[in-house]
Amino acid sequence: MKLTLDIWRQKGASDAGRFETYTVEANEHMSFLEMLDVLNQELIGSGKEPVAFDSDCREGICGMCGFVVNGVPHGPVDNTTICQTHMRHFHDGERLRLEPWRAAAFPVLKDLVVDRSAFDRIIQAGGFISVRTGSAVDSNAMLVEKNKSDRAMTNAACIGCGACVASCPNAAAALFTGAKIAHLGLLPQGQPERTDRALNMVAQMGKEGFGHCTTIGECEANCPAHIKLEAIAQMNGDFLRAVFAKREESAGGGAG
Amino acid sequence: MSVATKTVTAPPSFSRVGVLWASTVGKKALMALTGILLSLFVLGHLLGNLQLYFGRDSTGAYLINKYAEFLHHNKPLLYGTRTVLLVAVLIHVIAAFQLQLGKGAARPVEYHQKESVNSTVSSRYMFWTGVVIFFFVIYHLLQLTLGVVNVPGFREGDVFHNVTVGLRTGVAPLFYVVGMIGLGLHLRHGLYSTFQSLGAGNPAVSQWALKWAAVVATVIALVNLSFPLAVLAGLVKG
Amino acid sequence: MSLNSRIPSGPLDQKWSTAKKEMKLVNPANKRKHTVIVVGTGLAGASASASLGEMGYNVLSFAFQDSPRRAHSIAAQGGINAAKNYQNDGDSVYRLFYDTIKGGDFRAREANVYRLAEISANIIDQCTAQGVPFAREYGGTLANRSFGGAQVSRTFYARGQTGQQLLLGAYSALSKQIAVGTVKQFSRTEMLELIVVDGRARGIVTRDLVSGKIQSHLADAVVLATGGYGNAFYLSTNAKGSNATAAWRAHRKGAFFANPCYTQIHPTCIPKSGDYQSKLTLMSESLRNDGRIWVPKKKGDTRSPDQIPEAERDYYLERVYPSYGNLAPRDVSSRQAKYRCDEGLGVGPSGLGVYLDFSEAIGRLGQKVIAERYGNLFDMYEKITGENPYQVPMRIYPAVHYAMGGLWVDYELMSNLPGLFVLGEANFSDHGANRLGASALMQGLGDGYFVAPYTVSNYLAQGGRVKVDAGAAAVKDAEKEATGRAEKLLAVKGKRTVDSFHRELGNVMWENVGMARSAESLNKALKRIPEIRDEFWKNVSVPGTGAELNQELEKAGRVADFLEFAELLAWDALQRNESCGGHFRVEYQTPDGEALRNDADYAYVAAWEWKGEGKRQELNKEPLVFENIHLATRSYK
Repeated sequence: MKLTLDIWRQKGASDAGRFETYTVEANEHMSFLEMLDVLNQELIGSGKEPVAFDSDCREGICGMCGFVVNGVPHGPVDNTTICQTHMRHFHDGERLRLEPWRAAAFPVLKDLVVDRSAFDRIIQAGGFISVRTGSAVDSNAMLVEKNKSDRAMTNAACIGCGACVASCPNAAAALFTGAKIAHLGLLPQGQPERTDRALNMVAQMGKEGFGHCTTIGECEANCPAHIKLEAIAQMNGDFLRAVFAKREESAGGGAG
Repeated sequence: MSVATKTVTAPPSFSRVGVLWASTVGKKALMALTGILLSLFVLGHLLGNLQLYFGRDSTGAYLINKYAEFLHHNKPLLYGTRTVLLVAVLIHVIAAFQLQLGKGAARPVEYHQKESVNSTVSSRYMFWTGVVIFFFVIYHLLQLTLGVVNVPGFREGDVFHNVTVGLRTGVAPLFYVVGMIGLGLHLRHGLYSTFQSLGAGNPAVSQWALKWAAVVATVIALVNLSFPLAVLAGLVKG
Repeated sequence: MSLNSRIPSGPLDQKWSTAKKEMKLVNPANKRKHTVIVVGTGLAGASASASLGEMGYNVLSFAFQDSPRRAHSIAAQGGINAAKNYQNDGDSVYRLFYDTIKGGDFRAREANVYRLAEISANIIDQCTAQGVPFAREYGGTLANRSFGGAQVSRTFYARGQTGQQLLLGAYSALSKQIAVGTVKQFSRTEMLELIVVDGRARGIVTRDLVSGKIQSHLADAVVLATGGYGNAFYLSTNAKGSNATAAWRAHRKGAFFANPCYTQIHPTCIPKSGDYQSKLTLMSESLRNDGRIWVPKKKGDTRSPDQIPEAERDYYLERVYPSYGNLAPRDVSSRQAKYRCDEGLGVGPSGLGVYLDFSEAIGRLGQKVIAERYGNLFDMYEKITGENPYQVPMRIYPAVHYAMGGLWVDYELMSNLPGLFVLGEANFSDHGANRLGASALMQGLGDGYFVAPYTVSNYLAQGGRVKVDAGAAAVKDAEKEATGRAEKLLAVKGKRTVDSFHRELGNVMWENVGMARSAESLNKALKRIPEIRDEFWKNVSVPGTGAELNQELEKAGRVADFLEFAELLAWDALQRNESCGGHFRVEYQTPDGEALRNDADYAYVAAWEWKGEGKRQELNKEPLVFENIHLATRSYK
């Protein structure tokens, strides 16, 4: 199959960027990224610079790949990363437009590669349970309702690819942040830090320059990890409870 | 012992409203709360207006005029309600504007091509249906509260007259039809989203909210639309 | 040179406590004065960084990906073993130890493996406390499954995404330390050189993959947790970026490389579909719990699988290994699949595939139960192949998966270069010649959470290091080496792409150094690899410059190192005149085609020492002493 690709080319963060058009011969068994590999081999062969795009595991779990194909993050297959999208979903002669994630918080580094370190900083703000190495009690000393544990797992499955931000008309990171807050908030281990977690992660989300959630649901439809809007509601609820929670000044740790 | 004692915590003291206002999540919650108030007002307003269809009582007075007189009778209640509504509108509108600005800042470079996969018109154009409602409300107040536009021979206190004359004068029908479609769309997503913004996102609740928000919004829009249509059709006349 | 493995004396079950008791400690107030570099943020790296940071050391953490959360540990599917005996099915620390030694075909160090089995239970507790959502029973306790041929259910799992959940747990602990300031994270930063001063590892040289800036980082100890070398075969289940550069650069600076020929070929991967193939995808081994593996009995049978009657199918694993059947260990299952395909019985367009059939299990348990157990794997298979495995059998074929070999380390996970620690898949220590399913996650986290924090401290507490100046000759030389290599790669300006060389190397490796090796095939590889390498340096085309984000340059550096490393792998395979685990030499097999070990001559770790450019590495032997286990022939019949 022959495809025409309009690909966003941008040399670096300060370059304005533009679309350039390429044609490539693909076959239906290739993955989308393998099709780009083929294109890049040809570009190098003809002395041109290959298209930069991120990928690593190429099995849909590391979250490194991702760009927008014809206006849809990760391309046309629902809930599937672009690395797991195969060319059999396209047809001969099709014209495809490839754009990077677009968000102020995800600056373009080159071509289709963006900087998603804002996600790392949101996790650093509170996406963890503090437990010193070696200080944990026996796992079965703490029973967790299966239903809750399963829901926690559903939210923990987020791969951090950024498609939620990319698909959101407001470039909101609510689904990403909500998934982590929901995962930890559903577990008994996550309760002691639940209040601080919601306040800090939501605050960091704002600092990074993400937009607001309007419950449109584009993120949910594009999420390769099947995270649901429920996660955002959980974040909203935890945040509101945290704001109005009764907070007592602690006496401070003893200096010992 | 002081190994890694810096703990990661939120600023301990704050004005709670300030924290709410500072975050998109908090602003959305305030919009949801004020939205509930305004929706209740819309509902009450609609129920009161239904009396337009019930004509006169045994004394010959139009029921809707008596209802209006009753509302205006208790001045503290009237102005109290108006103040609450005004504050709610201000919070709702200012928050909406700020969030809309933030949205622009969050994506300074637009996509050259972007498709919607899942969202509805109602959900995508909340801000703009809000703008429609805003201008409609101003028009509505100018027309039927202050009698400044499009009510030839405006009579203070004679709601029945003002409505039956006003709703068929000049651009009024257009304003009402567009305004009510805007209101319907706004409510359809707003009522559903309210649950989400306030943290009630259990899938069962969401599904329920999604369904009933659509029903309630449609009913409100249709009933409100029936007033100008009934007047235009001559079904209600003085 | 004699290798000191520093295994504590005393009974096996007391070695680790003895070691801990004797270790020196660093004064709490002094910890932040010590800088530790950790390269890699997979299970081993992230857990080590988090733990060392939490202890108060000043940690510098490096990842070539855009975030620590991307490390390839994330792709592990099946689970993590631990000797918890929650199922009351007779498991114990000793049994996990024994299974691991036996699974490794008696080529691992007893003391290391025993320690791993001992700390396995702590790993589960640590992860649970961090919020890792392991599968649970209705009573709220943790669930287990049996995995990879074990006779007990000791595998903990989180759907088919156990590696992801464990890694995100370690990443969350790391993130907390980054927020606290004890760990400084360098993402999109690749290690290109090791800095050695006075015989000790004292730092690394890195390239910032966005700006291209080459920079040195100095420290009191360097921890490499940089994964395995499977991508020397080009096609493997590893991530595209997985590479051996950090380990290889350390090797060239004096660290011994141990047992490189031990490479695990995983039996259940999706077969290659064409020349453009960029990687192979693993289908979790857990599928073999319910799937039955077969090929047609007739050569060239082109009927669709549902048209082939039961009597004309060969369920060869069940036939050859009646007691383990479809659950035979990875090396054994892979080799059997290869035999069938070599006999011309393979299925699929390429003839390189066997069926993994669920129809019997679906008939017995219903589609719903199968979907609950393997739904995400079935979905993944369908996404890649376009075939629905609920209706047609999966086609699978073995693929390179895991590197048991790695940098040589002693009991404290320190290489022969003082101050250089090697954790996880990057070291050689725990899996012998073959790794059991669900043991890689256990080892990575065990090394990072529970071994390195002790042993790195012990090293730091012993002092003896001079202060290194950023302008010291060793530092400047290492920087020059890194810069020089990049410049050299860019200057070739040849005709062939980096990928074409990598593919060619991969083909040579797979054909000659893959599932079955012979002196003849290995000699062929040893002739071809240097030829490819020579052509690479004369004819590779690396576009762009070094001062920008340049993915071709990144690949070129890694492939250049694979081209050196692959030769050592083949050489090691040629020197090991026996078959064991993942290393199968056709000359050394039993009459019925099983691996034939030679314990008298080869019960040692082959630790290779770099002797300089263009020279063969020198073999150093660490004898494997089995005090507790009787060496037996592995049998899964």
